Amino acid sequence: MKRVLAYLKPYTKFMSFTLTVKCLATLIELALPYILSHIIDNVIRPVAKIESPDIKAKIIEIVIWALIMIACAALGVIGSVWANRMAARFAKDMAEDLRSDLFRRTMTLSPAQTDHFTVPSLESRLTTDTYNIHNFINTMQRMGVRAPILLIGGLAITATLDLSLTLVMICILPFLFIAVYSLTSRGLPLYTKVQAAVDGMIRVVREDSQGIRVIKALTKQDYEYRRYDAVNRNLADIEGKTNSIMSSANPVMNFFMNLGLVCVVFVGAYRVDGGMSEPGNIIAFIQYFTLISMAMTSITRIFVIWSKANASAKRIAEVLDTEEGLPVSDSSDYPRRAGERGIVFDNVNFAYNNTKDILHDISFKLAPGQKLGIIGATGSGKTTLTALLMRFYDVSSGSVRIDGRDVRTIPEEELHSMFGVAMQHDFIVADSIRENIRFGRDISDEQISRAARIAQASAFIEAYEDGYDHPLDAKGANISGGQKQRLLIARAVAGRPKILILDDSSSALDYKTDSELRRAISAELSDTTTVIVAQRVSSVMSCDLILVIDEGRIIGAGSHDELMRTCEVYSEISHSQMGGAILE
Amino acid sequence: MGPGSMMMGDPRNAKNPNNTSGRGKKLDPKTRNRVLARLAKYLFRHMDIVLTAFFFMLSANLLALVGPKLSGEAINAIIGKGEVKFDVIYEKVFWLILCYVGSALLSLGLALTLIRLSKKITYSLRKDIFEHLLTLPVGYFDTHQTGDIISHISYDVDTVNTSLSHDLLQICASIVTVIGSVIMMLSISPMLLLVFCVTVPISLVLTKKRTTFVRPLFRKRSAKLGELNGYAEEMLSGQKTIRAYGRQAHICEKFDERNKDACDAYYEADYHGALIGPSTNFINNLSLSLIIMFGGIFFLLSITGAVAPTSLFFIEIGYLSSFVQYSRRFSGPINEFANILADLQSALSAAERIFRIIDEAPETPDVENAIESDDIRGEVKIDHVKFGYVPGRIIIKDLNLDVPQGSTVAIVGPTGAGKTTIINLLMRFYDVNEGTIDLDGHEIREYTRHSLRSAYTMVLQETWLFGGTIAENIAYGKEGATMDEIVAAARAAKIDSFIRTLPGGYDTVMTDNGVNISKGQKQLITIARAMLADSPMLILDEATSNVDSRTEIMIQEAMLRLMQGRTCFVIAHRLSTVQNADTILVVKDGNVIEQGNHEELMTLGGTYAGLYNSQFS
Repeated sequence: MKRVLAYLKPYTKFMSFTLTVKCLATLIELALPYILSHIIDNVIRPVAKIESPDIKAKIIEIVIWALIMIACAALGVIGSVWANRMAARFAKDMAEDLRSDLFRRTMTLSPAQTDHFTVPSLESRLTTDTYNIHNFINTMQRMGVRAPILLIGGLAITATLDLSLTLVMICILPFLFIAVYSLTSRGLPLYTKVQAAVDGMIRVVREDSQGIRVIKALTKQDYEYRRYDAVNRNLADIEGKTNSIMSSANPVMNFFMNLGLVCVVFVGAYRVDGGMSEPGNIIAFIQYFTLISMAMTSITRIFVIWSKANASAKRIAEVLDTEEGLPVSDSSDYPRRAGERGIVFDNVNFAYNNTKDILHDISFKLAPGQKLGIIGATGSGKTTLTALLMRFYDVSSGSVRIDGRDVRTIPEEELHSMFGVAMQHDFIVADSIRENIRFGRDISDEQISRAARIAQASAFIEAYEDGYDHPLDAKGANISGGQKQRLLIARAVAGRPKILILDDSSSALDYKTDSELRRAISAELSDTTTVIVAQRVSSVMSCDLILVIDEGRIIGAGSHDELMRTCEVYSEISHSQMGGAILE
Repeated sequence: MGPGSMMMGDPRNAKNPNNTSGRGKKLDPKTRNRVLARLAKYLFRHMDIVLTAFFFMLSANLLALVGPKLSGEAINAIIGKGEVKFDVIYEKVFWLILCYVGSALLSLGLALTLIRLSKKITYSLRKDIFEHLLTLPVGYFDTHQTGDIISHISYDVDTVNTSLSHDLLQICASIVTVIGSVIMMLSISPMLLLVFCVTVPISLVLTKKRTTFVRPLFRKRSAKLGELNGYAEEMLSGQKTIRAYGRQAHICEKFDERNKDACDAYYEADYHGALIGPSTNFINNLSLSLIIMFGGIFFLLSITGAVAPTSLFFIEIGYLSSFVQYSRRFSGPINEFANILADLQSALSAAERIFRIIDEAPETPDVENAIESDDIRGEVKIDHVKFGYVPGRIIIKDLNLDVPQGSTVAIVGPTGAGKTTIINLLMRFYDVNEGTIDLDGHEIREYTRHSLRSAYTMVLQETWLFGGTIAENIAYGKEGATMDEIVAAARAAKIDSFIRTLPGGYDTVMTDNGVNISKGQKQLITIARAMLADSPMLILDEATSNVDSRTEIMIQEAMLRLMQGRTCFVIAHRLSTVQNADTILVVKDGNVIEQGNHEELMTLGGTYAGLYNSQFS
């Protein structure tokens, strides 16, 4: 919490001022019942004992006091509204800073750190958690000030009116607090269960909406009805249970409050009878008791909000305080190899989080401008190899070098400016085609259309009436898989990268387009070192070097012709894909 | 405090930042009435509970209304030192406690009854929606986003439910409270009631401002937050790419813009919303002051004997206190009324969306005397078929095809050319516009859907597994399959050894998260499912697209065995899977442009030959 509250620092000075205003406004409101008892006990009731009272003068006195009450109420409302608005302003400024910093930190987490937090969790930290904090800061400045003042101030004033009656009230309050707090704290965790039950219900609906063809093909509707009924019933039960607990809080709370009122009247009767109190006090007490019990329920709510915000603050701080994942090493740790050119993998081993090894003993050299093909089964470690080259992760042992420099010694910005990448599950932003290719870089329109041409994308882009301005939906929902891949390739080549990485990025293209793409890349990006990860032999067969990866090991390396002779797995795949009979 | 006040911890109070609701749209009166009538039916189904709830609500509120009057009468008996009438006090306190205990119990009863009601309503609404969903034609799911369907069955049902089980009774309770307090106040002092001539108009102005001005701001704020969340989600999913291109700074700038927008919208709503709470307090305090002013004067006149006890102006001190308490009860619902109305409005729109699903036309029923056959051989004849998903946009223009029993048809062509459409028509997921499809000499519409569809087994590109165990998923196509059969199918699909490495083996539950299982492995499980379901015809739509080449080689034999003797329709990108088919259809723009076997098409030297040769260039 401390870490997050530090964001309030710039505002503390002014905030203390607005909080004071809020306090004063609340105190003014507290004066109202006091004036009320004053009117009854000191202005009106003594009149009964006077022989011939000056009624007119008394009426004027009553009116004056009532006007003072109205003035107090007005001052209270003006002060409160102003303070609330300022509170909203601080909360907003603070939340904006916090969320901005959190996003910045999130975007600079190393992939290993992101994997550790998981994307959905980071997402909820950025959204729900910052929202909770925002809400918390906002509420605390309003309810958090108002409720304690109403409670403590109210008790203080009532104590001056009549101490015994105050004690009666104080006796009731713990019951109120415990009742409400225990019910809400028992009910709130149940909401998590409700959410889980909702998720369970939604999952069946989602599954069945997506699998409707299979269900209909196999006429499994009845089976699905039963499956759904189980989750639906479960949800209804848990919801019922949770709501039962939560909604008993209100009657219980009301009961204690009303009981308190009765006690005040009862004890008050004795006090007045003994001459220790006045009837006006009792009426004022009833007012105060209402205020105080409302303050009490507010305080229980503050507890709930606080515990929620505290958990959120912890989750936010966790991200903010994460140490830099991939620091740049000094070149003395990994001395530069003078004279070495191109990409070198030198005895590389790698394991995620130091568990099972993903890559074993990978070594190869690739001269500048050469093409590397990587082929292998899913999960064999092909993508991980490219991730090590871009230093998304650090090797467990061995070294990855570009032009003789270990990637760990190259500052991230410099390193990543070398690459153009089209990844397997890459993303399309909800923006125009142009922006998706440019991707926020300083790239001219000519370069964009050139990149689209190389990526075999210009034909379909230009078929749109608005061409490069055509808007795309998030995740590229409004284009086909093949079109998406071509845009990603265009993005990768648009920056004229030194190293181009195409990770399974042409799998949705037909053979013809795929081969035209390869031809264009060879012709137009002859200086670019290219790494192609693929399932298809045809995608890599023209590469200078092809690596066949199996379970994290290189089981074959060489050109297509060499591998056809030396690597059984490779030639087997090649035959199955190419209808080998015709080739031979 | 009456039982009508807001429920603590009501989930609706927790404003959902992810809820981008532009949903408060008004319905036209005719639709509104129709929706109301249908909603009423759901209530009528549980008339007993509704009546019980109504009884509780009425009695709890009435009892609660007696309280202040009783306490006022008790205070009346507290006159001054040595003058307290204890017999009256005891009596009143006794009744007070009885009345508050009763009211608390009744409110509890009310709350629990309402929950029972809402449980039944949500359960049956969700059930009705879901069961209707599964009767809808496949086209509905092709044209509606899954997310929307889910939001109807969860969010919309919740909205309707809260309204039906909560708001309706709250309205009744408010009416009882308002009328009751007015009557009580009238009985105490009709003249004092005039105070409300001042405060009620102020309340109304405030309410008006809240509904017309502040509420849209909150809606805008939810929308902006939704946008921000969407952006964050999008960028987080693309984090690696952003990093690879070193665009973090740029993206952060863009995020900051949206963050600022969202925070500003939040602030704007708060800025104007900040008026509401204090103003409600102010109105309460204003009426307190006015009541004390006029009540004090009346009281003064009363104790000096200036007005007779029968006069309209006569008031006793305790009743002054009762009057203040009633005035709070009275103004509470008035302040809340606008909120409830708005809730009701969104509930009606939600209900309308729900009923729209329930009103969707289901699949046309099977024809009378439809053929129910489990003995289909699998001879297909497609004759001059014309079809389009949307009227006016014909996708299949004129399809003719003879498929003898046991032969294999491969369909090739670019995306969007209509390959999957042919499958949709064969299985009657859609009906043809013109032409006929015959199966074993009968038009497919003459069969029951069940027997037609049971004649096929499908393996689709989109692997579909549900949240049951792996064994259940494999056995899905064959009721009562034994464990041995399941294992045999898995073995044939080369997935058995993988399943055995899972901690739960065949009993591993397929959930969204948790089990680490790749797309390719999922596809192998669906292939195992197909192997178990023994049907005369087979549809393979990119069946091995997610399986890597090596595994594909391994399961090829099993696939061939699966295809043996069955009529097969195969859609594939990989030409190697296609070339052994008896008939190859090359589809382009909804027309079959080439038809023949591999050799014939190669000799033809057309599109197919071009595609085939391009892999070697």
